[in-house]
Amino acid sequence: MQKLLAWIDDRFPLTKVWEEHLSKYYAPKNFNFWYYFGSLAMLVLVMQILTGLFLAMHYKPDTELAFGSVEYIMRDVDWGWLLRYLHSTGASFFFIVVYFHMFRGLLYGSYQKPRELIWIIGVVIFIALMATAFMGYLLPWGNMSYWGAQVIISLFDAIPWIGQSLSEWIRGDFVVSDATLNRFFALHFFVPTLILPALVFVHIVALHKVGSNNPDGVEIKKKKDAEGRPLDGIPFHPYYTVKDIVGVAVFLIIFSAVVFFGPELGGWFLEHDNFVPANILHTPPEIKPLWYFTPFYSILRATTSDMVTWVLTPYFAVLGLLALFSVRQFLTKAIVLIATVAILIGFFTLEAKLWGVVLMGMSLMLFFFLPWLDRSPVKSIRYRGWMYKLALVIFVVSFIALGYVGTKPASGLYKFIAQVGTILYFAFFLFMPWYTTYDKTKPVPERVTWK
Amino acid sequence: MKKILLAFLFVVAPLAAFAAEEGAKLDHVNIDLNDRPSLQRGARIFVNYCLSCHSASYMRYNRMGHDLGISDELVKENLLFAADKVGDPMTAVMPADDAKAWFGVAPPDLTDEARYRDPDWIYTYLRSFYRDPKSVSGWNNLAFPHVAMPNVLYEWQGEQRAVFKNENGEEVFERFELDKPGTMSPKDYDKAMRDLVNFMVYLAEPAKLVRYRIGVYVLIFLAVFTLFAYLLKKEYWKDIH
Amino acid sequence: MSEEGMNPRRRRLLVITSGLGVVGTAFAITPFVLSMLPSARAKAAGAPVEVDISKVEPGQLLTVAWRGQPVWILRRTPAMLDELKKDENLLADPNSTVTSQQPAYAKNLGRSIKPEYLVLIGICTHLGCSPLPRLVPGAPSGLGDNWPGGFFCPCHGSKFDLAGRVFKNVPAPINLKVPPYKYLSDTRIIIGVDQKEGAA
Repeated sequence: MQKLLAWIDDRFPLTKVWEEHLSKYYAPKNFNFWYYFGSLAMLVLVMQILTGLFLAMHYKPDTELAFGSVEYIMRDVDWGWLLRYLHSTGASFFFIVVYFHMFRGLLYGSYQKPRELIWIIGVVIFIALMATAFMGYLLPWGNMSYWGAQVIISLFDAIPWIGQSLSEWIRGDFVVSDATLNRFFALHFFVPTLILPALVFVHIVALHKVGSNNPDGVEIKKKKDAEGRPLDGIPFHPYYTVKDIVGVAVFLIIFSAVVFFGPELGGWFLEHDNFVPANILHTPPEIKPLWYFTPFYSILRATTSDMVTWVLTPYFAVLGLLALFSVRQFLTKAIVLIATVAILIGFFTLEAKLWGVVLMGMSLMLFFFLPWLDRSPVKSIRYRGWMYKLALVIFVVSFIALGYVGTKPASGLYKFIAQVGTILYFAFFLFMPWYTTYDKTKPVPERVTWK
Repeated sequence: MKKILLAFLFVVAPLAAFAAEEGAKLDHVNIDLNDRPSLQRGARIFVNYCLSCHSASYMRYNRMGHDLGISDELVKENLLFAADKVGDPMTAVMPADDAKAWFGVAPPDLTDEARYRDPDWIYTYLRSFYRDPKSVSGWNNLAFPHVAMPNVLYEWQGEQRAVFKNENGEEVFERFELDKPGTMSPKDYDKAMRDLVNFMVYLAEPAKLVRYRIGVYVLIFLAVFTLFAYLLKKEYWKDIH
Repeated sequence: MSEEGMNPRRRRLLVITSGLGVVGTAFAITPFVLSMLPSARAKAAGAPVEVDISKVEPGQLLTVAWRGQPVWILRRTPAMLDELKKDENLLADPNSTVTSQQPAYAKNLGRSIKPEYLVLIGICTHLGCSPLPRLVPGAPSGLGDNWPGGFFCPCHGSKFDLAGRVFKNVPAPINLKVPPYKYLSDTRIIIGVDQKEGAA
């Protein structure tokens, strides 16, 4: 065995990689509940790729055959029903796990220096995941699949000048059709199988370069022992491999309970309207995306022309003024002034539909800027003041509220909640430079704690 | 951390008040996929009455036979009208184009109907036909106004009339009146419709017959695995202080 | 990672947990592997085929499809059956010793249940082309005066007699395959079902 290992090590850095990334990679010893979700995300990715591959052996990406091929999988293929439910439930659980994983970042300031790049790669992964899920949902060619795709792709029409051509280029046709279905299948197969693992690889390489953060936001590399090992670090293997296995086991229990006892989850994971084939003549009574897209869908729908005129205009005017008074350099002041004026003019001249698309896009893009919006000298919420804690609670509540009203018609109370939710969602990011500057923080300990 | 969770719960909980929704009144049907005789009776009704116009093209005869405990021979003798072989899918007798010409709309495929619609809705629908001289077919349906489908089972159910009353200027449904009794009593008809809907729930998801049982074994295995994984973790983490 | 110095409890738990993990993985892989087996649709398409042989004239060849393959039903004349006894020296396996090529009930001179009707899968045992019928013995078939009647494969020149037995010195190594079949009546046979068991 040792000789085999030596033979390999002469030709491939196996032991070196094993040690650098597992048996001698020192991770903080105080990881808590929120730290399970990275490895769980990897587990779900692998599972989606495997189930997806086996589903692709039977699925037909043709508008005449697609719906029938899914029924074929559910009924005629041995264990096909299980493959399908693993994949559909896996998609929803992927987002649950990823949202919790991202939330950990918000709790403990994992995006702060020197981990900005890990965070940026992570946001790219998230966007790639959203694209994958969106394309995947068209594939069963159910009525909701068709109309959902039709509505979302036609959003691109709102982009000035290039919008309509862009939509046609995406669809490969004037409406969502066989051309769209076929290419969405090709991309849905390709992106998570090649792009996502590559991004995850780079994400982990970046992480291992600087070392993991922890719930106290303390840099463990600052205190090392005589051999250069962090005092508060423990080798990832065997301690976190063995701990993560428990995480996987518990996750699989919850996951299996859904797969075997309630894969539809009352219409939240598999929508009822999707059990009829796509019908270009009959729109479902309520077009809605799956739950994981609903917060962003809400922001899109909330941005009506009234909202733009009476809410967003003063909102961004105030924001612009604040920024104008807070920045020091003249050049930056000039840029802020021009940008604010441009946005305000845009609110008056451009269609609300376009601003809906822009705001929805911005709600994602803002995540990229988090490392620079957060001015706090402190990483972990444990040592931040009341302002950040309040802001985070408001953010989470808005996100969930936006998600919920996204499943309802955009009228009455639901519309109002969506609009308030949008304001609060953006406030979390846009006012962050100020409230993180003025927030009173607590002293950060030198060593990690076991809180 | 705990304070944050509590605060968040206080804000989110009231939102649940919005969860309650309105809808038309539906009669509840007791679905029990373990009631094999019921499924068999439902299969018989479906094949004899529904399959004339509607297809169930994603279900094969022999699969249905296998799941419901009916041998290939019995399937061939009793249920195989619209196809040649037991391995064939259950397609409608009436060609779809003709059906569309005669009814104005093609009768939808019913394989997944019980996943698209609430089984309670289907049960209510099957019992809500009433005589309406103003409609093309002579029938209307309370759960699905102006539906193109006639009351196929009128011989069993009899013919009922809908009585409306005027409430604040609106015509509101009050009750059904059975003008001409059918060959089945209302109670027996309800039982037959329950069998039919029960069958349709099976039809929409045959995997339901197996997945609960397999799920139990999976969860038991995972529980045992989790226990040992946890003990293993605790054992290793004794090293860490 | 070495296990020396691992306390007994740790080792025991490691073994049990790993064992459970392997078992669980085996259970998890099984549905994936099984999903690749022929589906209900494939089995339905490959289902046995009933054939009405009442209209087949003596000397006439009927071709039907079963499992995507051509199946020949040849109603042999007495003259054709005579040829079978005479051409043994031309053949590589006149007694059908290669058992994979016919069910037990077809291991006879005519390689069939009833001598009058020959049932064969019309796929050459060389590389899979479908041979052409050259049923008439002698010169008219264009294969020489000594031609006993049978089948000729145009792809690489393999020859088979009127019982599907392969000639010597041709590319094909073994006799044409006889599918499982049985008589439902004198005028109907079903291909794909063995005489004793169910569907093949």
